[in-house]
Amino acid sequence: MTRVTAALAAAFCLAGAVMLHAAQERWAPPKVDRPELLYVRSPAVMKRATLGYEAIAADVYWIRALQHFGEERIAPPGHVRTYALLYPLLDLATTLDPHFSIAYRFGSIFLGEPYPGGPGRPDLAIALLQKGIAAQPTKWQYFQDLGFVYYWHMRDYQTAASWFQRGADLPGAPSWLRPLAAVTLAEGGHREASRALWQQLAQSEEQWLSSSAVLRLTQLDAMDIMEEWRRVRRERGVMPPLPVDPSGTPFVIDPATGDITVARESKLFPLPGQLQQPR
Amino acid sequence: MNAARAVALAVFRESVRDKVFYNLVLFAVLLVGASILIGQLTAGQDVKIIKDLGLAATSLFGLFIAIFLGINLVSKEVERRSVYPLLAKPIRRAELVFGKYVGLLLTLLANMAVMTVALYGVLFFLARGIPDPVQHAWDAPALDPALLKAIALIYLNLAIVTAVALFFSTYSSPMLSAIFTLGIYLVGQFNADLQHFDRIVDSPAAIWIAKACYYVLPDFSKFDVKLAVVHGVPVSGTYLAATAGYAAMYIAALLFGAIFIFSRRDFK
Repeated sequence: MTRVTAALAAAFCLAGAVMLHAAQERWAPPKVDRPELLYVRSPAVMKRATLGYEAIAADVYWIRALQHFGEERIAPPGHVRTYALLYPLLDLATTLDPHFSIAYRFGSIFLGEPYPGGPGRPDLAIALLQKGIAAQPTKWQYFQDLGFVYYWHMRDYQTAASWFQRGADLPGAPSWLRPLAAVTLAEGGHREASRALWQQLAQSEEQWLSSSAVLRLTQLDAMDIMEEWRRVRRERGVMPPLPVDPSGTPFVIDPATGDITVARESKLFPLPGQLQQPR
Repeated sequence: MNAARAVALAVFRESVRDKVFYNLVLFAVLLVGASILIGQLTAGQDVKIIKDLGLAATSLFGLFIAIFLGINLVSKEVERRSVYPLLAKPIRRAELVFGKYVGLLLTLLANMAVMTVALYGVLFFLARGIPDPVQHAWDAPALDPALLKAIALIYLNLAIVTAVALFFSTYSSPMLSAIFTLGIYLVGQFNADLQHFDRIVDSPAAIWIAKACYYVLPDFSKFDVKLAVVHGVPVSGTYLAATAGYAAMYIAALLFGAIFIFSRRDFK
């Protein structure tokens, strides 16, 4: 057999394998919606198993956490979103690399995101950020994020203000953190303090984070419109016409409460606290 | 020493002939490919991940070279019987062992130098065009010279692994040498745990053995500062010097041991 014949035969066989592989995809049975698996859940075991390559393993777990969050978030309607692996993956990533600040910061945002856009677990977001503070006690960003979780998700303005204050006391903390603590503390959860927080995040270089912040700011604008609508109803004693929310969708009346709210079709749905995670 | 130098150069040339440096192509493809893909897969950690990947790949590729070339350094000469004409020449056995070791270190040095340049090159292109405020938010700059500290310690770690492989190569078959060297490498990764063995075991004898193993076996965790440099945590010159001293002493012990065993071998 000449070399040319051998090369041609190899190319022919490879092409055949590729074609069979492609054809099999068409014959394959439809995919079953089965849960993702995480074979090693113990961060301590994984730390040993990586044999000195913890950093790269942490990166892999961080990318898996991102993919898991994204897959669950955009899953088709029939899929029950659990986000069950999100915290274990973030826990693994941050144990393998205790200084992995983006995993703490973005991870806490993912965990706190209300259901169905996220798992709606601000308690786990708090646990993750406290783990970050234990690893890097002088990183003011974690204190800011922790205050943010208490402010936005837990509606615990006193605790939020105390975390902002503690962050502001750290060396290198930005000058706006202390006024933020003051505003939160003084106004006990006034919408303006929230707006100040989201405006900070809207300036992030991360496209998805700034987009999310812009959405939140728009939600706050919607809440202002709702507040104004309630005021007019109180003063006039009749139900005023329903306005249009900032995304262009008309507001609706919630049949359960009789109060104004954003429609399910609106890009702003759900507003904070509007949809509870199924228990 | 001229004989040792000639042996070292011969080992280096042989590794070039054996196409050892092909791994550099794989390394370059891995880094360039990752730098393109990472941006799609993750959120704003491209530079950190490329640093992690570059340092891990440098260490892993070097480990394969150190083990799989190291185990053949002496045993291949014995198996091929090329050791007979070699020892008939005016060369001492110690020079042969030392020359072989230095030759493989040269191969590793050339390999790691190219990998380092490639890593900095990819980091340079990745950081280009990223606004200053974003770069200031990173734990460490993209072209951080401190990366060289991690690379230097990886090289010293590999120098010990090479010495271990050479040591076993002087009296054992390549297969067994590979198993022994891998075993020592794995034990060296967990060695720090033996220090606190007394916390989980009551037997004084077991504690004594664990302590002895802790001090005698190599502690490779000392050489791992990859995480620290990627996050901009300072690694002091004192630490580097002490770790380099530890590596030098350990390598010397292994080389003297290898020379002792090889000198006693009967090739008649």
